[in-house]
Amino acid sequence: MLDPIFILEAVVNGILLGGVLALLALGLNLIFGVIDIVWIAYVDLVTLCMYGVYFLVSLYGWPLWLAGLAGIGIGALLGVLVHLLIITPILSSPPVNQLLATGGLLFFIQSVATLLWSTDHRSVRVSLPTLEVGGIFISFTRLLAFVLAILAMIALYLFLTRTYTGTAIRAVSQDREAITLMGARPQRLYLVTSAVGGAMAGVAGALLIIQYAVHPYFGSAFGPLTFMICVLGGLGNMVGTFAAAFIMAQVISVGGVLVSTEMGYVIAFVIFIVLMFVRPGGIFARRA
Amino acid sequence: MLELQQVTAGYGAFTALWDVSLRVAQGEAVAVVGPNGAGKTTLLRAISGLIAPRAGRIALEGAELAGRPAYEIVAHGIAHVPEGRRLFPRLTVGENLKMGAFLPRARAHFRESLDRVYELFPVLAERQAQRAGSLSGGEQQMLAVGRALMSRPKLILLDEPSMGLAPVMVLRLFGLISRVREVGVTILIVEQNVRQVLKLVDRAYLLEVGRIKIEGRAADLAEQDFIRQAYVGL
Repeated sequence: MLDPIFILEAVVNGILLGGVLALLALGLNLIFGVIDIVWIAYVDLVTLCMYGVYFLVSLYGWPLWLAGLAGIGIGALLGVLVHLLIITPILSSPPVNQLLATGGLLFFIQSVATLLWSTDHRSVRVSLPTLEVGGIFISFTRLLAFVLAILAMIALYLFLTRTYTGTAIRAVSQDREAITLMGARPQRLYLVTSAVGGAMAGVAGALLIIQYAVHPYFGSAFGPLTFMICVLGGLGNMVGTFAAAFIMAQVISVGGVLVSTEMGYVIAFVIFIVLMFVRPGGIFARRA
Repeated sequence: MLELQQVTAGYGAFTALWDVSLRVAQGEAVAVVGPNGAGKTTLLRAISGLIAPRAGRIALEGAELAGRPAYEIVAHGIAHVPEGRRLFPRLTVGENLKMGAFLPRARAHFRESLDRVYELFPVLAERQAQRAGSLSGGEQQMLAVGRALMSRPKLILLDEPSMGLAPVMVLRLFGLISRVREVGVTILIVEQNVRQVLKLVDRAYLLEVGRIKIEGRAADLAEQDFIRQAYVGL
């Protein structure tokens, strides 16, 4: 029988992982909920932000916090570029074409990253202590990433609920024509949404590079997980997505300790597939 | 104040309005009545910029507006309460009103406008934290009018405000609309509920298959036999 302390430790780690996963999924789901296009390459934008932070720190010697802030800026800029160059021309195309276009971007980013920076794994060395609380070991880096992810999500929440632009972003997803009668321009709201979604990718990138090494295919590790959380939470449903991220993180973390790390992911995906048959609108979908 | 000259508009190959000319003076309340499919909604959509007219001129206080996008026209002082209300159902009542004041000029007077709307429609103040989609039909229509007032318009366009409401509610709503007028907002209203709307307005136009048939003082029109037979149901 496994010592309960290990399970408790897995639960704590799951919560910490859930914070960053929730951040990723919220950024992707914000864009989907408003613009109605899934950015297949979303997590690959996170990869680019990780590279950005990595190079600023290792090549140019920037302090980590400053490089992290720059990473957020890089993310917002990438979001704007993706929207203007790729999304705008295909806004009214059939969904299949939209998936192909943003999926194509994924391969483009991965290939260009391989070409420019090879397949080396690169990491920013952060030597922060490990905390011990009542026999549980918690990585301080992970704790820091969790706290910052929560803060970023609170900032996103305040933006979407307290500001005119944020409220208009929620409104445009409900009635695109009516919002123009209020004096807002949907195209601008879409651009702001893409910038904010990109900035969230930047935050995630800055928080991930202090925990993981980046390589061109980093997105392939977190991408499917991020989509799974969005679908489970309900596409466009922010609260559901937040909850789904923590549920899935627990499955992976606790399942990983109980069985094995690989099996943690297998269990998560099996639960996902089963739920897709039982509740195709997501676990928090309102019954029709 | 508002002047339309020979406006022609439609959707794709279909023309819904032919050579429509009309004018609304400052402080006036004017109705456009007519049967289903006469082009009444198209007329308001052309004025507010939701569709671009094919030909003709639309001017507000001398400024040419035809073909300008809707988000610019609202900044000129025309607020459109569209057919079916078109609220943001998952935003709260308060958030819907906030969206009405999206323009910078309206934002600066947000508090003042909000007090005015809550005074006109006290039920909205009670329901401000509720989702718009959960309101009753009458309350939703009040919210739609209130949201339009938040932009501090000179002219408000009302498209079938009585649609889907119980007769008692229609009477109450028309009473409230006349109070909107007292606040100093000019009104152009489109209605199928001819008998009641003619009591509300000063003048009316009759629109049939996309053309203006007659125009006149509301009291005179209400007396005309064919209107009584066709629309008032007497």
